[in-house]
Amino acid sequence: MSSLLPQLTAKDFASDQEVRWCPRCGDYSILAQMKKVLPDLGIPREKFCFVSGIGCSSRFPYYMNTYGFHSIHGRAPAVATGFKLAQPDMQVWVITGDGDALSIGGNHLMHAIRRNIDINIVLFNNQIYGLTKGQYSPTSPLGSKTKSTPYGSVDNPLNPLSVAIGCEATFVARAVDVDIKHLTAILKRTAAHKGTSFVEVYQDCNVFNSGAFYYASKKGEKEDNIVYLEHGKPLIFGKDRDKGVRLNAHGRIEVVELSSGISEDDLLFHDENAEDPSLAFLLAQMRHPEFPEPLGVFRDVERPVYDEAVRSQVTHAREQLGEGNLDALFNSGDTWVVDE
Amino acid sequence: MSAVDTPSAPEGRQHEQVDTVVVRFCGDSGDGMQLAGTQFTNVSAAFGNDVSTLPDFPAEIRAPAGTIAGVSGFQICFSSQDIFTPGDEVDTLVAMNPAALKSNVADLKRGGTLIVNEDAFEKSNLVKAGYDKSPLDDGDALAGFRVHRVPMTRLTRDSVEGLGLSQREADRCKNFFALGLVYWLYDRDPKPTEDWVNAKFGSKPAIAEANMRALKGGSNYGFSTESFTVHYEVPPAKLAPGKYRKITGNEALAMGMAAAARQSNLDLVYSGYPITPASDILHELAKFKHFGITTFQAEDEISAMSAAVGAAFGGTMSVTASSGPGICLKGEAMGLGVITELPMVIIDVQRGGPSTGLPTKTEQSDLMLVMFGRNGESPLPIVAPATPGDCFWMMQEALRISVEFMTPVVILSDGYIANGAEPWMIPRIDELTPIHVDHPDSANTENGFQPYLRDERLVRPWVRPGTPGLEHRVGGLEKADVTGNVEYSPDNHQHMSDTRLRKVQGIASFIPEQEVNGPKSGDLLVISWGGTFGSVRTAVQQCQEAGKSVAHTHLRYMNPFPKNLESIIRNYKQVLIPELNLGQLAFIIRSRFLVDAISLNKIQGKPFKVSEVISKINDVLAN
Repeated sequence: MSSLLPQLTAKDFASDQEVRWCPRCGDYSILAQMKKVLPDLGIPREKFCFVSGIGCSSRFPYYMNTYGFHSIHGRAPAVATGFKLAQPDMQVWVITGDGDALSIGGNHLMHAIRRNIDINIVLFNNQIYGLTKGQYSPTSPLGSKTKSTPYGSVDNPLNPLSVAIGCEATFVARAVDVDIKHLTAILKRTAAHKGTSFVEVYQDCNVFNSGAFYYASKKGEKEDNIVYLEHGKPLIFGKDRDKGVRLNAHGRIEVVELSSGISEDDLLFHDENAEDPSLAFLLAQMRHPEFPEPLGVFRDVERPVYDEAVRSQVTHAREQLGEGNLDALFNSGDTWVVDE
Repeated sequence: MSAVDTPSAPEGRQHEQVDTVVVRFCGDSGDGMQLAGTQFTNVSAAFGNDVSTLPDFPAEIRAPAGTIAGVSGFQICFSSQDIFTPGDEVDTLVAMNPAALKSNVADLKRGGTLIVNEDAFEKSNLVKAGYDKSPLDDGDALAGFRVHRVPMTRLTRDSVEGLGLSQREADRCKNFFALGLVYWLYDRDPKPTEDWVNAKFGSKPAIAEANMRALKGGSNYGFSTESFTVHYEVPPAKLAPGKYRKITGNEALAMGMAAAARQSNLDLVYSGYPITPASDILHELAKFKHFGITTFQAEDEISAMSAAVGAAFGGTMSVTASSGPGICLKGEAMGLGVITELPMVIIDVQRGGPSTGLPTKTEQSDLMLVMFGRNGESPLPIVAPATPGDCFWMMQEALRISVEFMTPVVILSDGYIANGAEPWMIPRIDELTPIHVDHPDSANTENGFQPYLRDERLVRPWVRPGTPGLEHRVGGLEKADVTGNVEYSPDNHQHMSDTRLRKVQGIASFIPEQEVNGPKSGDLLVISWGGTFGSVRTAVQQCQEAGKSVAHTHLRYMNPFPKNLESIIRNYKQVLIPELNLGQLAFIIRSRFLVDAISLNKIQGKPFKVSEVISKINDVLAN
């Protein structure tokens, strides 16, 4: 099928609108990788729809030359759900941020994920409200000094992956805005998964929260702070790839030196297909600076897909009852005739 | 009422023919009164009477047994005439316990028939109902009524004896005993109820048999005891010729959706969140999947509305329904529908408010909410069905207007017509509203597709996503006309706000003109809207028969108003607006037409009585 399509390029996916994010915003990179990934999926351009909520990231659909809907704050998963029910054959992406998805829209996110509707949710996490100019967000670290928290924030942040895995998301991943190759690979995996895909992207807000993720993105620094997840492989990291992650006797994660006495076989081997979400959840708890933070696919499992089930009920009803007949419907139940 | 003796009266008893009767069943919410009332309605409708019903039940599923709070009632008016209301006063009241008697007896006509379950009038029930002593033993309390003390609990248990039922199961058949008695009293053919019992309890033969025996037991009791000296007959009504069925407002909305989907050749996505009194629409519609209807039970009202917007962008018919509290939550996403100019229908089955208010009781207090209850200038069309059957037609009208004018449309139903039933003449398919939808398949300018390029009615194109070459973006930010690109300039916002308003106002040219019942000019015009149609029409007709110079006009299109409404209003010396709120339509009519309209307001969770409207008409005419 894809061989019959004209080969599209990233340019074909760029709309005629001027991109208006701040200079050096991490969003530029995510937009560029998205435009790079879509032509390779073998799906015609008119079969994509990007749905967003409100926030800097949510301007994304305006810059894509596909069908797109810039909706209202927090509601993108719900708008996308209605759209997907109307257009089950289209590939639907939800572009959201930490405030949009986890604060005002938390309920919709949770329910989209638990239904496992076939949409791809990309959460740009910059740990700040950028569009409203710098209030702390539900992912800002405890003690964050922002315009609304001059003495530091006192409420615990949410871990986006804990939320997704807690809702038993069938596909969960994490990437970094400027880690281009890895981000591209993750977006491809995201597109390929049937059911709700959830990706957190660490995204630098150059204006209000600059450098929040440098530990995970700066060359020379990140190697000791992140660990790439690869299915079936041990968790190894470090500049010299001399450190690993293992489960200790108490079922806890610990970092070990790969030296005398500890070999690769002693390490934790990643299994992204594990039915039980416990391992994925455990990995999501590895936070900087205590642990290297995992990047990659945490979980990728198959479960019944909501929109397919909905459609199959309609198909089944048509098979069982025949195509709906209005006359039969109106005349069902007790009827009586009044004569002239 | 004309009484005639007929030779066929059983056992030589008096047999009266009457034209209109009002019966009310009332009892504890666990007593099955809604079921009894529904069965009586079905039997009367199938017999050919005109019927109008008023179910009245508590918000609690099971309030404490025996209390006033737990009383559930079902009133039905059945007639050989064309009727519009469930009746002001009750001819026959069936009260299953003291609380039911206490909270309902005030509506029983002087000289009316009162049937009580005597067995329920014991001490603890009397105390719960707040009676010091039994009203049955109080000479004055029930004087003026024809009281029938029937030991229903005992007789029901006797009827089902030997079927191996527990006492609790046996007692649950009491409603069928009461039903059988009233069937006998009004000469009803129980066949539709017997069929229903067999279909419902087919897999539980003992329960089916018990209900049949209780029904028969009640009927036999009426036949064989001397206490009922009169036996009534209500001949079939002379309705317009045709085939009929019974329909409630919520059923009619669901059928209207199926009809509109079929007429437009589109699939339909319905999203909703459970809320009284709108949930039945979802229940009904969930059975219609073979019509290409998808139902989505959302996680909340906001999601249901957002999904409706998403489905509309997806190119299908899109409907959501709720009641007042849910409509408040939907407001922001309704505004998104307005600015993106996408077609969808929002049904508001109004109930008593504010806040949670009176979940199961009717009211008309959301007119201002749907008209103005969004941020910014956010105009949208509003329609209001007049009767349960009219819900079928206005549902199609709402969907027609939404897709032909690319706009969200609100339907204002209410608890009374949503749950109330009436005979409905089954339409022929060729009578249905044609709905024309044209999804474009090619660009509308030489410079590519322009999503906000409007036609002469100011309507923008509705693209079905997936169509090659027409990729475009919409959203909640103000947009430039023609291109749809984000645009904040002062002149553009003025232009777009004006355009959205003019588009909605222009719909007035594509809806029927307003009609008047009565003289074309005169002393008084009564303007009503929505579910109060029946009471107001009946009241005005009775005043007309009494020689008063009064006319009635009933609004079904609330925004925009029909074009000729103003000229109609100018033809009368005074205007009276009865509403189940504190004067919302009156507020709009006064400001729109600078007319000194008089209000009749009622906000008690109940429909108008005909007598209340007549009394107000007489007051106004006397001044």
